[in-house]
Amino acid sequence: MVNPAIEGKRYPRTPAYEVGREKVREFSRAVFFPIESQEQSNSELVVPPTFPVVIQEQSLKLVLADPEAKLDFSRVVHGDQRFVFERPIVTGDELTSELHVASVKTLAGNHLVTFNTEIFDSSNKLVCTAISTLVVRGENA
Amino acid sequence: MPDLSSLKVGDQVAQRDFDITRDSLVRYAGASGDFNPIHYRDDIAKSVGLPGVLAHGMLTMGISLSPVVEWLGSSAKVLDYSVRFTKPVVVPADAPARITVSAVVGAIEEDRARIDITTSFEGNNVLGKAQAWVKP
Repeated sequence: MVNPAIEGKRYPRTPAYEVGREKVREFSRAVFFPIESQEQSNSELVVPPTFPVVIQEQSLKLVLADPEAKLDFSRVVHGDQRFVFERPIVTGDELTSELHVASVKTLAGNHLVTFNTEIFDSSNKLVCTAISTLVVRGENA
Repeated sequence: MPDLSSLKVGDQVAQRDFDITRDSLVRYAGASGDFNPIHYRDDIAKSVGLPGVLAHGMLTMGISLSPVVEWLGSSAKVLDYSVRFTKPVVVPADAPARITVSAVVGAIEEDRARIDITTSFEGNNVLGKAQAWVKP
């Protein structure tokens, strides 16, 4: 279930998330990403291209906690995902995100919810847009 | 990554197998913050009608680009990366799920190239339209 009335809804800006070196290493290991080959001493580290999902997740938590959205997480599967970069994300970045519900569609008893999450740096410049469609499977699907 | 002028459409830039285990799923859940229980609880996965515990789509998406970034030399060269999740990767409790990633040059423009990625599991493609735009 998801409430179709949340289409267009904009959720508040998340608190600043500082991209830390150990977190980037942890995430890299988790996606079999060769971060060691990119490490140079004393220099910032560019995150793996799917790392912004960690920031997207901060915004998604607001939707999950929103009683109006009625999003049943256990019935959610991921439909598609895209990351568009304005610049690479590096360690030391302080990122905030703002999610809006781009669309809610119904297809064969399932709901398709598309979220656009814009990720900004500490000077409020857009660094990445994460676009995610979740499939909320219907009771009989 | 070689410069754009040396690339041809159809060139293979990466090909590799990866074994995803339950450990991989738990590690990814912790690293990403995605604790949806369908990625580690058999009982919950079954109760919502899934064939079993599934790998996070985002894990498959992340793994699929890793050999491409290795070829590129830096993830700073990735401009845009998108996938559709077309089939689930079911990960048993006691054995790995093996996925095979293959990446080819799909298109070349003046200042960037499109890398098309195929990721298969048990003979089926699990990602649809997996594409990364990269710059040299």
